[in-house]
Amino acid sequence: MIVRRSALFVPGNNPGMLQTAGLFGADVVILDLEDAVAPNEKDAARELVARALLNIDYGQAQKCVRLNSLDTFCDDDLKEIVPSQPDLLMLPKVHRASDIKELAGQLDKLERPSQKRIEILAIIESPQGLAEVYDIARSHDRLMGLLMGAEDYTAMVGSLRTKGGEEIAVARALLVNAAAAAGIESFDAVFTDVNDEEGLIKDTLLAKNLGFTGKGAINPRQVKPINETFNPSPLEIDYARRILKALRQAEKEGSGVASVGGKMVDAPVAKRAVNVMNLARKLRLLGQEDE
Amino acid sequence: MINAIGRDIPEFVEGFGPVKKYLGAFNSLPEGNCYGPPIKRAAVGQSKLYHSLEDLFKSLKIESGMTFSFHHHLRNGDELVNQVLYTASRLGLKNITVSLTAAFATHAPMIEYIKNGLVTSLRTSGVYGGLALALSRGILPTPVLLHSHGGRPRSLRSGELKVDVAFIAAPSADDRGNITGVIGKSACGSLGYAFPDADYATHVVAVTDNLVPYPLIPASIGQNKVDHVVLIDSLGDPQGIVSGTTRITKDPVGLHIADTAAKVIEASGLLKNGFSFQTGAGGASLAAAHFVGQMMRAQNIKGGFALGGITGYMVDLLEEGLFGNLFDVQSFDLESVKSIARNPNHLEVSSDLYANPFNSGCLVNDLDVVILGATEIDVDFNVNVITGSDGVLMGAAGGHPDTAAGAKMTVIVTTLLRSRLPIVVDKVITATTPGETVDVLVTEYGLAVNPARADLRDRFVAAGLPVKDIQELKNLAHKMAGVPQTIAFDGPIIGLVEYRDGTIIDVVRAPNL
Amino acid sequence: MKSVVKPAQAGTLESNDIMIIVEPGANGIVLELESIVKKQYGQAISQTIIETVKSYGLTDLNVKAIDKGALDYAIRARLVTALSRAGLGPGSEG
Repeated sequence: MIVRRSALFVPGNNPGMLQTAGLFGADVVILDLEDAVAPNEKDAARELVARALLNIDYGQAQKCVRLNSLDTFCDDDLKEIVPSQPDLLMLPKVHRASDIKELAGQLDKLERPSQKRIEILAIIESPQGLAEVYDIARSHDRLMGLLMGAEDYTAMVGSLRTKGGEEIAVARALLVNAAAAAGIESFDAVFTDVNDEEGLIKDTLLAKNLGFTGKGAINPRQVKPINETFNPSPLEIDYARRILKALRQAEKEGSGVASVGGKMVDAPVAKRAVNVMNLARKLRLLGQEDE
Repeated sequence: MINAIGRDIPEFVEGFGPVKKYLGAFNSLPEGNCYGPPIKRAAVGQSKLYHSLEDLFKSLKIESGMTFSFHHHLRNGDELVNQVLYTASRLGLKNITVSLTAAFATHAPMIEYIKNGLVTSLRTSGVYGGLALALSRGILPTPVLLHSHGGRPRSLRSGELKVDVAFIAAPSADDRGNITGVIGKSACGSLGYAFPDADYATHVVAVTDNLVPYPLIPASIGQNKVDHVVLIDSLGDPQGIVSGTTRITKDPVGLHIADTAAKVIEASGLLKNGFSFQTGAGGASLAAAHFVGQMMRAQNIKGGFALGGITGYMVDLLEEGLFGNLFDVQSFDLESVKSIARNPNHLEVSSDLYANPFNSGCLVNDLDVVILGATEIDVDFNVNVITGSDGVLMGAAGGHPDTAAGAKMTVIVTTLLRSRLPIVVDKVITATTPGETVDVLVTEYGLAVNPARADLRDRFVAAGLPVKDIQELKNLAHKMAGVPQTIAFDGPIIGLVEYRDGTIIDVVRAPNL
Repeated sequence: MKSVVKPAQAGTLESNDIMIIVEPGANGIVLELESIVKKQYGQAISQTIIETVKSYGLTDLNVKAIDKGALDYAIRARLVTALSRAGLGPGSEG
């Protein structure tokens, strides 16, 4: 199973930062050609990122490149980046399902037959994108997830961006639901105050409780708090353990119904418990007794 | 001759004498009795006070061929060394040996005094700035002797270093010679490096720019040890003496290394009640202290003492109750200066008590863990902190060899590459601290354990830490950066690296500049 | 034969980067290299730059490089960008 709790943005035109991006435990590194690169440096950043993908060992992290939007430099980005075989490509400013289809179509043409199929991660950062988010979520089988872009979104809606995030409550819920319905992942917006670790943890916990599967990070220092917050807590693991035990017990007794704490365990709850245990196992959070 | 870490050192060095060969960190033993200065007397009513250095020079008959000593508590703000040498030069003196516990950019005027024959010999723990470059070019007629903070009081005690005049910069003094560093416009906190000079110098001179009414209480060094007091306008630039608040690094790579170093300490089994600790003021070292503090808090561990150069960060840990005492040989920032003045658990200690291997027991011997930096470390765990990768003098041995020898676990923290340069090498250019006293290397790409410490290695592996072989780390650096061209160092000897026990562990040869 | 018709540059003076300036030349491939790691990696950097330039089929070019400890991949990327900005398409190095 692939675990993608943290997705770390790294400026695409900075050799020093490209070289160290894999060290901080991020599940995904996003080499950024868009906002972190000035328009007159796009060519230099593309050249650098294409070679970084081939030359730098990012370890366990999945390699992602944030492209420029379809209406700006995306075509040039793709020609240079696809041959360097990233795992994922992140498309910003996705407003409609056809945006994803257009990118997927280009990938079909540019990928070599031997190449691992590149997946797409879409940033939803406009009112229109959110209005059409479910259509986008199920637009193409290359699409593996959606990321909430809160800064652009709040600017376009005309709301005030706050640390509490009340202004994006509906947007978050819409995005999470669309992703869940389409069976893909959902990534929460980045937390921009890199010096406020407490605020980051609070924001990440909120995202986790809303159902997000991961969160963007704009500074390597944010990776550890994000990962640790998304890790199953001892309480979650204990609850999952009790559910699975009840299910085994019910099976042994030939009873079709298991219950924990007086509540019946139905299929989604059981599936979630299995997921929690699998994630905990993958992250080495379990003791001997669970193996 | 080849010493115990395989370094080729000469048997005799012109201007220095016969060389004692390094035999291993704990294999050379002290001999003989302590050196003693003359017995002194201050007559009733006799004034110790002078109003200029020139008056002092004339009155004491300070002459050519003598040895002057200075401490470096004023760091890059120090002007006293320059003023004393200026006075000596004006009076036509020659052939002076300078013992300065560390030399900074502010001491660059010494270059001129070397060129004009005033200064012909230098002993120090390390050199920074323009003077370092000049010494690397070989301007001094004899090699600079590079000692550790513990090695210097040892050489005073043994009489290998005999000081004729100790010029002790005193941020505050009274006219009888009670002095302190914690108050005054040039306040620097601890005067720890100057204590042994007050015990062993023939003439002990306190130089101050803040004369206070008698009696100055409490005094760091008392009137019974200070022979003369000189009042001058200014000891130096307060801006260069103490820094503002020392903050933990925000560099993510440094933090990542620090986080791993803290986990290493936790896994070592040494982190328990009574834990004693020293860390440098460098970015990753200080950040490691931050993470260790978090662990102590979470696990309700109360430490014993923290030691060494003290920063405001360590003061916070003291005030929070995470450590019982700070032993302060050098106060790095304003917070530590304020703390040493007000907190009875924050104690000023001499370099002798701190680190002298040949006294009846120094504090480094009771360290559980020390975290130290490196400019290079080799596959035998020998560490260089004195010269850069180009062989030019650029740093100080300081307490590095002393704490490494004393601590139960010595952890070196460094990036694997500095810009493109691999920091893990086959052979360090200059050995400062021998590998037998170094236990763990922590880099951003994983950690390596000295093969002699299989016990630690097992603990780290069990804790799931990224343990690698040190060769593996070196190879990884080469894979990323390419194999560097080897630089030949076959120039004349410009420096002798003295181990804390007085033997010579390595020499510094003039790099090809 | 290809040639560079206008001067161009790429890269920055930040740590781990290299600034490369190319301009039309007349005396073969002339490289002026400044590097903080020149003693250890001067030969490697020169070799990378000259090989890359040759892969474009260029015979005359002035190159000035100010290196702040860039790794090989970054040196190649900056040089290729500089040459592209000077009006050349990709060489065999790409």
